[in-house]
Amino acid sequence: MTATTDVTLLPDAATAEAEYRLRKRREMWRRRLLPVAGIGSALLLWAALVYLLKVPPFIAPSPVLVITTLYNKFGLLMTNLLPTMIEAVSGFLLGNVAAIVIATVFVHKKTMEEAFFPLVVIINTIPVVAKAPILVLLLGNGMEPKIAIAALICFFPTLVNMVRGLESVNPQAMELMRVLSASKSEVFFKLRLYNSLPYLFSALKISASTSVIGAIVGEWIGTTSGIGALIIQATYAFDSALLYATVIVGSCFSMVFFLTITLAERLVVRWQAPVGH
Amino acid sequence: MALATGHAAAAATGAGRAVAGAVAPAAGPAAVDCRNVTVRFVTDRRTVTALENVSFAVGQGGFLSLLGPSGCGKSTLLRVVADLIAPTGGSMSVFGMTPEQARAKRSLGFVFQDAALLPWRTALQNVELPLEVGGTKGLPKGAPTPKELLALVGLAGWENSFPHELSGGMRQRVSIARALLGGPRLLLMDEPFGALDEITRDRLNEELRRIWAETGTTILFVTHSVYEAMFLGEQVLVLAANPGRVADLVDIDLPKDRDLKIRETEAFVRIASRLRDSLGRGS
Repeated sequence: MTATTDVTLLPDAATAEAEYRLRKRREMWRRRLLPVAGIGSALLLWAALVYLLKVPPFIAPSPVLVITTLYNKFGLLMTNLLPTMIEAVSGFLLGNVAAIVIATVFVHKKTMEEAFFPLVVIINTIPVVAKAPILVLLLGNGMEPKIAIAALICFFPTLVNMVRGLESVNPQAMELMRVLSASKSEVFFKLRLYNSLPYLFSALKISASTSVIGAIVGEWIGTTSGIGALIIQATYAFDSALLYATVIVGSCFSMVFFLTITLAERLVVRWQAPVGH
Repeated sequence: MALATGHAAAAATGAGRAVAGAVAPAAGPAAVDCRNVTVRFVTDRRTVTALENVSFAVGQGGFLSLLGPSGCGKSTLLRVVADLIAPTGGSMSVFGMTPEQARAKRSLGFVFQDAALLPWRTALQNVELPLEVGGTKGLPKGAPTPKELLALVGLAGWENSFPHELSGGMRQRVSIARALLGGPRLLLMDEPFGALDEITRDRLNEELRRIWAETGTTILFVTHSVYEAMFLGEQVLVLAANPGRVADLVDIDLPKDRDLKIRETEAFVRIASRLRDSLGRGS
């Protein structure tokens, strides 16, 4: 008797499932709406401060002015985004390919690693803003020095991560390869390379955004086009609305670049258990 | 205890050569013939003698368990057989060949403590790995296919699962299937079930006996569990630590068909007690 009454007291499975789904959906909307609300209120606060404190537009623009500038000067912004994009992406490719190749050499020739790794570390300690003038003197006023700066900025994190990824192979998997009489190149292509991919992608995600920084910093010196050049021009012209709009365009590109790499990572590295498991 | 005195006496002198697999000597050379093998590692602080003067032999088709406390060099011994470590002294022969020749001929399969599966490959692709490296020319004629081997270890239907989707026991089964690919004549197993829960471990022990009977492969099995060593092995080689040396060699006089219930029989308990004595003497 008691058993049957107990059973009737329990909610049936369908109700529980429906409740669970409802809770899930609410959770999902919360996660989407709260950031929007956060950004919205920050914009409102910004607009209110500019309005209430009567900040003149050559010091700081109101968000409305920035949005109208984005719309009105869209053509100008895009013409300046293009060179920055080319420089950042070329630098990204160049720097990362170089890092991957050199990491491969380091892993196979320890002597090379011991001889040249300290040099790489030293070069990396030079700040980007200090490297930029050196490279402009060396490579001129074209896109080359900007690409070189973007490449240099990508190079180091990828090299370090790639070496670690290629070397941190499960020692028992290495023994397995030896038991199977695998050659060095088989160990590299069947084991080390795959093992390095998660490490490589975390470096690529860093360099996706830093390559844009590199290109922009490069454009601060002796160029008339590009996001960096536009930032300098807008600042000297006290055109704060254009400055803000340029910064937004630059960071939007940086974000898209980052998301592209994240997407590529999801497509390539499919074997890791999802985080949180 | 009575049946043990002969071997124990031989082992105690240190010079006696323990010969396992003598019960049914198969044609040809012994699967493993290890004579006075010594392994020393030099480190910054001191020289470690992992193995000293270890001698034993396993006949073809035998099943020898290597039992000992941690630090007794049992994994090192297995690695000498697999040509992963070169001995400092003594000689090791595998089917009459050097370990290097045996490895090059793919005469041995190795099962590691952690399954050592490649996480980016499915179960089936992991089993197929030996076909893709080391200049192999496909499977020998009549050898079971990767799919058949997965079925042999009880994983039919799991071919396309990735390692992270499998339980620890299933991963170790995949690793056994991989080691069996190409029909190696010798299977070296380094505490393969050490990290598994007892229930899974028991089940895999039973299955390993079945796989051994079905494939006819010689097996060397390293463990630090007395029960596992004697449930699996036809012989148990007991090693002592510091330095690693042979303490005893025990024939396991149990029926060939074993299930887990055998652990409750009087014979089993008697042999277990003998093994524990040998372990105690060695330390």
